[in-house]
Amino acid sequence: MPTLFEGSMKPIIRVSNVSKQYRIGKNQPDRTLREALSEAVRTPIKRLRQRSHSSEAIWALRDVSFEVQPGEVVAIIGSNGAGKSTLLKILSRITEPTKGRIELYGNVGSLLEVGTGFHPELTGRENIYLNGAILGMPRSEIAHKFDEIVEFSEIARFIDTAVKYYSSGMYLRLAFSVSAHLDPEVLILDEVLAVGDADFQIKCFNKMQEIRNDGRTILFVSHNMQAVTRLCKRAILLSDGAVVADGPTDMVASAYLNSGLRVPPEREWNNPYEAPGNEIARLRAVRVRTAEGQVSRIVDIRKPVGIEMEFEVLQSGHVLTPNFHFYNESGVYLFVTGDLDPSARSARPAGRYSSTVWIPGNFLAEGTLRVGSALSSPEPVVVHFYATDVVAFQVVDTHEGGSVRGDYKGPMPGVIRPELPWTTQYTPNHQAEQWLVGEGSVL
Amino acid sequence: MTVATREDSSSLPEPDTAPAAPAKPLFNRSIKHTNLPDDPLAIIEPSKSWSAFDRRELWAHRELLYFLTLRDLKVRYKQTLFGVAWVVMQPLLMTLIFTVFLGILARVPTNGLPYPLVVFSGLLPWTFFSIAVTGCGYSLVANSNLITKVYFPRVLIPAATVLARLADFAISLAIMAVLLLFYRYVLHYQLAFTWRLAALPFLIVLLTLFTLGLGMLVSSLNVKYRDVGMALPALIQLGMFVSPVIYTSNIVPEKFRAIYFLNPLAGIIEGFRGALLGERMNRFGLGVAVIATIVLLICSALIFRQTEKSFADVV
Repeated sequence: MPTLFEGSMKPIIRVSNVSKQYRIGKNQPDRTLREALSEAVRTPIKRLRQRSHSSEAIWALRDVSFEVQPGEVVAIIGSNGAGKSTLLKILSRITEPTKGRIELYGNVGSLLEVGTGFHPELTGRENIYLNGAILGMPRSEIAHKFDEIVEFSEIARFIDTAVKYYSSGMYLRLAFSVSAHLDPEVLILDEVLAVGDADFQIKCFNKMQEIRNDGRTILFVSHNMQAVTRLCKRAILLSDGAVVADGPTDMVASAYLNSGLRVPPEREWNNPYEAPGNEIARLRAVRVRTAEGQVSRIVDIRKPVGIEMEFEVLQSGHVLTPNFHFYNESGVYLFVTGDLDPSARSARPAGRYSSTVWIPGNFLAEGTLRVGSALSSPEPVVVHFYATDVVAFQVVDTHEGGSVRGDYKGPMPGVIRPELPWTTQYTPNHQAEQWLVGEGSVL
Repeated sequence: MTVATREDSSSLPEPDTAPAAPAKPLFNRSIKHTNLPDDPLAIIEPSKSWSAFDRRELWAHRELLYFLTLRDLKVRYKQTLFGVAWVVMQPLLMTLIFTVFLGILARVPTNGLPYPLVVFSGLLPWTFFSIAVTGCGYSLVANSNLITKVYFPRVLIPAATVLARLADFAISLAIMAVLLLFYRYVLHYQLAFTWRLAALPFLIVLLTLFTLGLGMLVSSLNVKYRDVGMALPALIQLGMFVSPVIYTSNIVPEKFRAIYFLNPLAGIIEGFRGALLGERMNRFGLGVAVIATIVLLICSALIFRQTEKSFADVV
């Protein structure tokens, strides 16, 4: 089908040479006023010099340029810390670029999370209006779509109940249905939308397809390669703050996945400003450990592997569930596991925690696994951090025996390779010849 | 670490620039892109160092201001048992305590006016000012979840805090009116309701702007320097004693009065008392207040704009 506007096409988003610098180290924002004042008074010249000194600066984005045509659905992919969130925040105008320029030729709506500004004390109805206004919907539009939003959320009975009495599922459904009724020309979506139960994820995904089919422009940031390849024709790969690939999704996605081994088996954050997290908790380190306790990239398929998460709880009194998310090298989301111990299901005092999950030997398939590390509260669902692709490890079968392979040496398909109990019963059957059918038999 | 990938990417084909033919629209709300504007609707670039507020943008977000104010009010009264009753009770209780200790026991001179009216007319603007400024101090930090996830003019957050307190102020003003009528017609005090009452709207605007100016300043400073929030309650308490809240400026010796009224709140509070009780206002004090408000508003707007850019990064 020829399109009317082919050729004379103008981009709806034009990003030109955008860079973003974060300052870390001495010029920390939370130093006390006294220090700032005394420093300014005592060493005005040194202070000025320090300002232009860039050794304590990190570039979260470097010279990023791309254009997006109207109606395009573009995925922005890249590993943790590649600059995706920063780009998203700049496009959403939450933070300013340090250099460069972005021109927007359509109105932009961005969803970095659902239910932004939801207040637990307010009713569902009140939160719909508040959240709608925060997302930039005029009141008349919210009023117009109100019934539709309530119907979509399937919680009509509780619409005048305070949100704090909602189950986490109800909360998410309501939050998502407000977001889903946002009607901008350009929609910027973060993958954190893909939280919640399976039904809800399907609903999210369908809604995104619907939005795409409406001819809207979508920028979609994700780690879920299945979703990316299904939704987007084009992908932009960021690495270390720069665009390293831009083209058809399958090609960019495979370029990304092939670079998987670069994700280390251990990651630590020493600077609280870089560590993923919020005012409640921050991630300190994630490590892959062998059964012997060694940090290792290579893991024996027959032996248990431990994934350890070290985090700092800054505020007491929250229920915090550590959880890990596992992806294989084709981007298939293998499974998610959370701590079910009673101590992880009750409010925690502040302090440093280290949680390790042990995946049994003879359970994972051979290949590279990428791990996402998250900490969340269940009621209502709050994700305190979700560091995707934070560590990776390779599961190898040394063919020494003892693995699920047995004596088989060929390729084995499947995303997991669990050792399962088999039972066989043997009954001697003297009429076995009846089953012995010759090749010539017509039966 | 990206060298190899950069090479990989160079072999990738050019981006698929021709737009994908949009699939058949399922809904009538699908949009046509045939008429994109020639000029960008928005440009995102590093902002110039000092800039004023974008009035068009503020106007576009007026409904959000309304909802944020409403949220503030609703949340506060839903959690409490007596709700709005607290707004009524708080100044009345304060008035009672001050009346017992300062009016009856310490006999603070009031120029012949009933002390409860003197103190209530002072607490009326003071309570609004102190609660609003303290609230502003924490407003941006408390709303960090909004600031890091959605874009809107950040000034709406302290502004909504001030507006919500203005609603409380209106309730207190109604109590003031009841008190005045009670003293005039039930207790038969000689209260003159004069033309000075007409100055009330002007005083309310002046007080609100002054509060907003200071609120913007402390809210933006508190994002970077948390000790501003720590020092604020102490400073506010100090402010209550150097302002004519629980006494009238008459007790300040004549020769120090010019210095006393350099405090802009002194002029405003005496203005309120003058308007409500028919007393003379201090013109010098009011002049100081007007000038201070204008200077404060300009300075804190500039500082707010300057620091606003980095809120999402540091909050």
